[in-house]
Amino acid sequence: MKQTLSLGARSAEGQEQIARIEKEAHTSIKLCYQCGKCTAGCPVAFAMDSPPRQIIRYLQLGLVEEVMAAESIWICASCETCSARCPRGVDIASIMDASRREALAAGKIRDQKVAVFNQAFLSGVKNFGRTYEAGLLLQHNLKTRQPFKDAELGLPMMKRGKVSILPESIKGKEQVKKIFERIETMGRE
Amino acid sequence: MPLGYYPGCSGEGSGIEYKMSTEKTAEMLGIKLKELEDWNCCGATSAHNTNQLLALALPARNLAIAEQMELDTILAPCAACYNRHRAAEDKAREDPEMRQKIAGIIDMEFQASSHTISVLEWLAKDVGAEQIKAKTTRPLKGMKAACYYGCLLVRPQEHTGFDDNEDPQSMDQIVRASGAQAVEWAYKTECCGAALATSRPEIGAKMIYEVIQNARGAGAECIVTACPLCMLNLDMRQAKAGQQYGEKLDMPVYYLTELVALAGGYTQQEVGIPRHFVEAGSYLDSLPAKAAVIEAAEEAARQAKAGKKGPAAKSADGSQEEEASQKKIEAMKKGFQKNPEKMASRLIQDEERAKILAEIVAADEKKINKLAELMARDQEKASKAAEAYVTGELKKREK
Repeated sequence: MKQTLSLGARSAEGQEQIARIEKEAHTSIKLCYQCGKCTAGCPVAFAMDSPPRQIIRYLQLGLVEEVMAAESIWICASCETCSARCPRGVDIASIMDASRREALAAGKIRDQKVAVFNQAFLSGVKNFGRTYEAGLLLQHNLKTRQPFKDAELGLPMMKRGKVSILPESIKGKEQVKKIFERIETMGRE
Repeated sequence: MPLGYYPGCSGEGSGIEYKMSTEKTAEMLGIKLKELEDWNCCGATSAHNTNQLLALALPARNLAIAEQMELDTILAPCAACYNRHRAAEDKAREDPEMRQKIAGIIDMEFQASSHTISVLEWLAKDVGAEQIKAKTTRPLKGMKAACYYGCLLVRPQEHTGFDDNEDPQSMDQIVRASGAQAVEWAYKTECCGAALATSRPEIGAKMIYEVIQNARGAGAECIVTACPLCMLNLDMRQAKAGQQYGEKLDMPVYYLTELVALAGGYTQQEVGIPRHFVEAGSYLDSLPAKAAVIEAAEEAARQAKAGKKGPAAKSADGSQEEEASQKKIEAMKKGFQKNPEKMASRLIQDEERAKILAEIVAADEKKINKLAELMARDQEKASKAAEAYVTGELKKREK
């Protein structure tokens, strides 16, 4: 009896998610022939549960749940070495990026610390128009419940004139806030 | 036209030396920087981790401001700022629909007509190593530097483009133009861990440690960077990364612009050296002594070469050598008469200037003789003389 392996997500929702990831990443997972060059060159593969090649394989097999549950999509440093080296032209780094956004939208956040960092970073930009580094670190520490993290660096930073005491805000901060609001109402792209 | 300037958020905080030294470098080169008015944060990695439209719209507001100020080119020293702005302008140029959409979101006129450049592109391509060499008054001879490009200055190639993404050379060229030695090493474009040093410190520490180890293993005595996040990780977090491996690390890390400005005569104070975490002043102070040792060795090698044959052998050999060199000079002269363009291109890289040199020598036999003599003995001196002829000629033409 002939048996064919059917690839692709089983649920319609899964199919949709994979299609969206590919569209956002502007690349095709079908091009990948699993050579593993991405994983070989990945500087953070040592810390990942599923290295880049496996993430692509999951997507090829329609196993989108496994991708969203992977810690690797949160560990990826977006260094783009994988995309630069892929002999098939798959933009793996963008796939990681799009998968992270997909997981975020689905509320499946494996690594709270990264998500909290991004949130803290963007809330600063939204309110002041610029990044306020000191506030960012403080907020990140509070939200991740590690109040003394990097505390030993605070004073030396100040001594070197590397911390401004107050956030710097721009004249057009309302304009920037509006950019955030418009995008929030538009939803994801 | 002044050069547009986007200092970025880190310029006011953790990357203050980068801002100081970039501005000094521009001053040294006689370039006027015009800061974008009321610029906003580019959103960095956090924006493109979160929402693609946001990642395009935040830089687009700055690009639109640059258009209002009629600035074609914007210098963004921070590698992330540069990368995000370049990505946004490229996307908007190739996708007019997206450009319209972004214009709507930022509620501004947006043509995507300005170009964002990095410090590497600015110094290596627009200014050029020759010009930096010409402005170098205190060469950093004796310095052994590992040029660290990291990620965002060279990747993705379709945005960054101008340098090779596996073995980039632009920073090496600039470092050499400042008089330092650029060592060959394997971790030029490895990642420093970026924000992982904050969110997952144990992972970040390993990445930082490996970059420093690889540089040290290749014989480097310092690391050079053109990215404030690489600097933050390699400099501020170096001691702790070493601790994780039971080692005391003390590798000084410099911004490329610090080195260029120091070589151009600015003081350590002026470019921000005392603000580093890993003490970076004493290595700079040690360079003159190192340079003296190298120069003495070079001199000794020269003398050994000259004295090797001994005075008796010299007279017999001498005439032969003299004859050979005379033949070489004659060949050079013939070359100049037959094909001045080709000979000129051997002396001057710049095509236009080489053409002018060809015109000069075609009309002046004395200059042919002089250049032929120099070329037979010392190519570098010949190039210098050729450049001087062209510069003189250009001045004459201007009058």
